[in-house]
Amino acid sequence: MAILEVNHIEKHFGSTKVLKDVSFSLDEGNALAIIGSSGSGKTTLLRCLNFLETPSSGEIRVRDEVLFDAARSAAENERNLRTKRLHFGLVFQAFHLFPQYTALENVMLAEQLLAKERPDFKADRKQILEEIRAHGEQLLDKMGLANRADHYPHQLSGGQQQRVAIARALALSPDILCFDEPTSALDPELTGEVLRVIRSLAEQKTTMIIVTHEMAFARDVADQVIFMDNGYIVEQGDPRQVIEHPREERTRQFLAR
Amino acid sequence: MFWNVTKTLLIGLESTFRIFALTLVFSLPLGLLLGIGSASRWKFLRRIIMVLVWVIRGTPLMLQLIIIFYGPGMWLGHNIWGGNEAGRITATVVAFSINYACYFSVIFRGGIEGVPVGQREAGQVLGMTKSQIFFKVTLLQMIKRVIPPMSNEIITLVKDTSLARIIAAQELTFAGYSFLKSAGLTWPLFYTGVFYLLFVGILTLLFNYIEKKLDYFR
Repeated sequence: MAILEVNHIEKHFGSTKVLKDVSFSLDEGNALAIIGSSGSGKTTLLRCLNFLETPSSGEIRVRDEVLFDAARSAAENERNLRTKRLHFGLVFQAFHLFPQYTALENVMLAEQLLAKERPDFKADRKQILEEIRAHGEQLLDKMGLANRADHYPHQLSGGQQQRVAIARALALSPDILCFDEPTSALDPELTGEVLRVIRSLAEQKTTMIIVTHEMAFARDVADQVIFMDNGYIVEQGDPRQVIEHPREERTRQFLAR
Repeated sequence: MFWNVTKTLLIGLESTFRIFALTLVFSLPLGLLLGIGSASRWKFLRRIIMVLVWVIRGTPLMLQLIIIFYGPGMWLGHNIWGGNEAGRITATVVAFSINYACYFSVIFRGGIEGVPVGQREAGQVLGMTKSQIFFKVTLLQMIKRVIPPMSNEIITLVKDTSLARIIAAQELTFAGYSFLKSAGLTWPLFYTGVFYLLFVGILTLLFNYIEKKLDYFR
């Protein structure tokens, strides 16, 4: 069953249409790769899913719950916005780690803040915080960064920073983890370590949407590929079919470069 | 004579310090509010603050002090500050707080706008509230950016307190000058410089310490 359904999303900035009638669905445990040239609307689409941009029209559903519907009032769309956001995690191209916190603190922060709102927080404070710490350490360990937990972001390489950012995004166990060109800010040597982590997440059946320029990676890891151009979804389907035997002329042009 | 002068100057220094400390207590939060306001999306608010900052930064602090202290007596018909020393100090603190809040607001705005948008977005995506993002993510990064220009303004404030002499508040420079008038002595006035230097020296050490404390992140 589809965990995510995106129906007829459009987004305009002034008179510029950035997304045009974008519809797709994603099954639980699958990885979706979105490819396309810069300016084709891929990043805007991710930002709409994470409520960093408001779509001009269309609907977003997660597990059959309508999270956003442009036909509804703004107030209704913004109600429980924080809870809605937690369905999604986002890993940015430029990491955006919090510089004043260590790797581990970066991973723990959101979970600690949420825990403070729990009614039993005062009574079980110590135990809750210990669980959060253990969870954070476990996530960093999974990223191969157990020995970097107490380092500050500026003491880490780009690849390590991005892996901390992935751990941070995983901390709240989002239904769908989104990656916005996660390796575009890294030099080729560091790209591999981040891709390896994403690959292992795919093997563990993490539901993911990955905007990427790494075609080989998209073909190998994704269960589903979308090619976007000029705000439209031009072609979508099985990665081997879309990347190796594209039906559309535009897709062929893009992949030929 | 030397001890006599020193004692008088120390009493003046106390007033100087009082003006300095109270001005900071009021102008820092007020400046932060104005800074947040001038970085807000609300155009009307930004305009009002822009005009206020222009007027306050565009006229001499001494003139503002004279208007605040003598204005009510001239236009409202009674001196709301009272004629005593405490009243003069209060008027000084009011004038200084408004003036310094305007300068601080520009520094704070720079600090707010200097934190990358990505920091706020990273917080939003993690489900943080606006105030959590401000206090847990943005604030410390802002403070770090703001410390060097802030230390400049605060050091200027130490010496600006001497302007209070114009309304006969008995601060350090007033005390030094009084010996020139009463006994024709010039050295007490020069001697006040030592006090200012020590005051600013301590502040400089303090700011160096804070900068070093915040050096652990970039």
